[in-house]
Amino acid sequence: MSDVLVVGASAAGLATAESLRRRGFTGSIRLVGDEAHQPYDRPPLSKKVLSGAWAADQAALRAPDALAALDIDLVLGSKAVSVDVRKQEVVVSGGRRLPYGDLVIATGLAPRRLGAFDGLAGAHVLRTLDDVARLRGELLAAERLIVLGAGVLGCEIAATGRQLGLGVTVVDPAPVPMGAQVGPEIGALLAELHRANGVEVLTGTKAEAPVVTNGRITEVLTSAGLVTADVVVVAVGSTPATDWLEDSGLILDDGVVCDSRCRAADNVYAVGDVARWWHERQARSVRLENRTNATEQGLAVADNIMGADKPYVPVPYFWTDQYDVRMQVFGDLAGADTIRVLEGDPADRKFVAAAEAAGRVVGVVGWNSARGVRKARELITS
Amino acid sequence: MLLQVEIDEPRCVAAGHCVVAAPEVFDQRDDDGVVILLDANPPGDEHERVREAALLCPAAAILVRDRGGAP
Ligand SMILES: Cc1cc2nc3c(=O)[nH]c(=O)nc-3n(C[C@H](O)[C@H](O)[C@H](O)COP(=O)(O)OP(=O)(O)OC[C@H]3O[C@@H](n4cnc5c(N)ncnc54)[C@H](O)[C@@H]3O)c2cc1C
Ligand code: SF4
Repeated sequence: MSDVLVVGASAAGLATAESLRRRGFTGSIRLVGDEAHQPYDRPPLSKKVLSGAWAADQAALRAPDALAALDIDLVLGSKAVSVDVRKQEVVVSGGRRLPYGDLVIATGLAPRRLGAFDGLAGAHVLRTLDDVARLRGELLAAERLIVLGAGVLGCEIAATGRQLGLGVTVVDPAPVPMGAQVGPEIGALLAELHRANGVEVLTGTKAEAPVVTNGRITEVLTSAGLVTADVVVVAVGSTPATDWLEDSGLILDDGVVCDSRCRAADNVYAVGDVARWWHERQARSVRLENRTNATEQGLAVADNIMGADKPYVPVPYFWTDQYDVRMQVFGDLAGADTIRVLEGDPADRKFVAAAEAAGRVVGVVGWNSARGVRKARELITS
Repeated sequence: MLLQVEIDEPRCVAAGHCVVAAPEVFDQRDDDGVVILLDANPPGDEHERVREAALLCPAAAILVRDRGGAP
């Protein structure tokens, strides 16, 4: 029996456990994860680990002594397969039963796959340390890379591919890269940035089928013709890892559906990429896929487990590193009708801009302007 | 109790959450936004805010150690 059982031993799960201890929680905490690695951080995977600037172990979230000091029962290499919320018990692979007082679901996302590419030599996804080791190994011996999907992850992989000296093509049916995250204007700037760095950006283009020669992908047929490549990364988004919750009775709808306290049922909470909760200030249900949300939501759930009964009402934040640009975004850009530059100049790749919808500031974005964007954040009205 | 704050600078992603949480202890460089540690041994009334900053840092770049006092 553990007083708190956290399933998913990554950013959000560890943040919850750590926050409980920082708040003085003295009960027992068990943290279960299906990966064999000590908890590690994902943002460096597509950047410093893929480029080789960092060794894999530098992505660790906590040093071993700091982890030990938390007094957590860390169970790695163990996959949760089901939960009985009435008996308050999780079953892990192998059949072991783990009873709990409170359950925290922190299982994150699984990459969406494209059937035609699945399992082919040369085709990759990128979510885990094992994925990055495989991908990097192949990129070092490759000449041409195709990235399917120009979301945040696809854009970062393209930039790192260029840094490694590969020829890179990005394919996406949408009109601009990262449009869903940053809207059309900033998306167009990103397309320019990638082109200026030598990437072939095929927006408005669909990937149709792989061309396989001697058991390996050599080309991809797209709606704009054939593109040659030795390596293909499928970066077309991810879906919440809720397969193990199918029969739990918990409400699943693109994530674990929670109330404003991030509570999915009595004694059950969800945190991080997998959690869809009611954002009271935005008056809608929200699921965020970013690193800051993982920690902030972990903190909020730790507080609520300890009886705070507080709604979780964050201002969303994410950053991305591509070439010499660090972009930071607070709030919501995609719904904006106007982008107003507040300081600097997009042409210099150093600026801060406000995103407005019907005259209200709904988000701010900065390129290479960390301080400016932090200050501009206060303009966001909710 | 003494608190020792350390920064693992290469990890910092310039998110600035630390500056919002504990402006007396953290600042950011003008050019790239990387964290500047203003006070490696902050006074007692800052301790709570510094611990909050370490929890919130999305890059796990802030290390906080107790020095002396409680074991
Ligand atoms: C390559 C990459 C780069 C990124 N870059 C950025 C960035 O620059 N900025 C940003 O803001 N965000 C970035 N993100 C997003 C950020 O990393 C995520 O938002 C964050 O990792 C979410 O944490 P999480 O703990 O909710 O989920 P995850 O990190 O996905 O962790 C979930 C864990 O649960 C485990 N698990 C799943 N199912 C089970 C099960 N049934 N039983 C046991 N364990 C299970 C998984 O294996 C995994 O270890 C990036 C993500 C990736 C993949
Ligand atoms: S919160 Fe962390 S990542 Fe952000 S500026 Fe501070 S130290 Fe750097």
